[in-house]
Amino acid sequence: MTFGLLLRRDLGNLLPGRRGGGTLLAVLFFLAVAILYPFAIGPSPSLLVRTGGGILWVAALLSSILPLERLVADDLKAGVFDQLHLRGISEELAMAARLAAHWLSFGPLLLAASLPAAALIGLESGTLLTLLLGLLAGTPGLAAIGLAVAALTASLRGGAALAGLLVIPLAIPILIFGAGALARPDTSAVWLAAAISLALCAVAPFAAGAAIRAARDG
Amino acid sequence: MQGAGIAAAIEAKGLACRRGDRLLFRGLNLTLGAGDACLVTGPNGTGKSSLLRVLAGLLRPYGGSVERKGSCALLDENLALDPECSLREALTFWHRLDCAEQPHAVYEQMSLTSLLDVPVRYLSTGQRKRAGLARLILSEADIWLLDEPLNGLDTEAQALVTPLVDEHRSAGGICIAASHQPLAMNNAQTLALEEFAL
Repeated sequence: MTFGLLLRRDLGNLLPGRRGGGTLLAVLFFLAVAILYPFAIGPSPSLLVRTGGGILWVAALLSSILPLERLVADDLKAGVFDQLHLRGISEELAMAARLAAHWLSFGPLLLAASLPAAALIGLESGTLLTLLLGLLAGTPGLAAIGLAVAALTASLRGGAALAGLLVIPLAIPILIFGAGALARPDTSAVWLAAAISLALCAVAPFAAGAAIRAARDG
Repeated sequence: MQGAGIAAAIEAKGLACRRGDRLLFRGLNLTLGAGDACLVTGPNGTGKSSLLRVLAGLLRPYGGSVERKGSCALLDENLALDPECSLREALTFWHRLDCAEQPHAVYEQMSLTSLLDVPVRYLSTGQRKRAGLARLILSEADIWLLDEPLNGLDTEAQALVTPLVDEHRSAGGICIAASHQPLAMNNAQTLALEEFAL
């Protein structure tokens, strides 16, 4: 029941809407890349089709950084985690709920936005399916890295910019397998991306919880 | 009280606290049982807030130990109310976690009823503090840790705090408060924190 309450509050704060979650901005950024890309490299369909899936993956990775600024820092400053701790709710549980809410608030939106983005670049339906499967497998991992990094940098001044820099190297394995699946006839790379995602999702709440406890002592 | 049947108690032995490379206090002993209260005094920077956070278990003491029997609630300057939510939504989240059953009587007591639909970010410091007090009461914790509970409150609201504390203590609760403003608590111990500084 506690998990449900935490998840509901986090979703309310993160989903686009009245409380101004940052995820809509992230999805618009993702679409903007798809719009700009053909202008930058020219309208040659063969080039767009060959490189388009990869560029959408890079756009997805970078747009997943945008919501990180407010993911943990605001609550840390407001004392939310202190109050939860006093009620016997561990930082790990709070972070597990935050991870679920973070993915739910941008993962499905990003998948939906991939359809118009793929149309803008002219991807074929087979490539689009691999892209969608890859994003479905990879975005939970991106969310997990983002959460752990956001928690680590939450108490630092200018932490948001640093978070962006820290996410990029950590996300490379997901990018390699997720985007690599586009160049293969089977889906084995998608499964590898999914495996990395699962491992990251299992570790992230503990890493983020420890980071919040460390921020309290600092 | 949540721990019905078990008397609330808090005991600190040889407590020392370090922030950065500064030792704020050391050798601090404190024993409080059901119904007791303690007023922590001391100039700015002597570690009153840190002491309350150590007692709450949020900060690790540099030395010594704290033993608590019963649940703890902390009221400090971080009120943990979502600024974009209405006051009702912000408080409801905590009440659900605390399984509070009758919040409206407490809202009435803290004169929050007319503010419930106002977003938290439009509330004044004093109004937020009253919301914090409402959450403190509804948490039904045994041990209250109050960090400057009178800050930001007008005289009318300040006059509410003493009876609240009395009521809490007569129900077997413990209250530890750090305050610059005079906070009247009957038979309260006083802990002058500067005596434990180096």
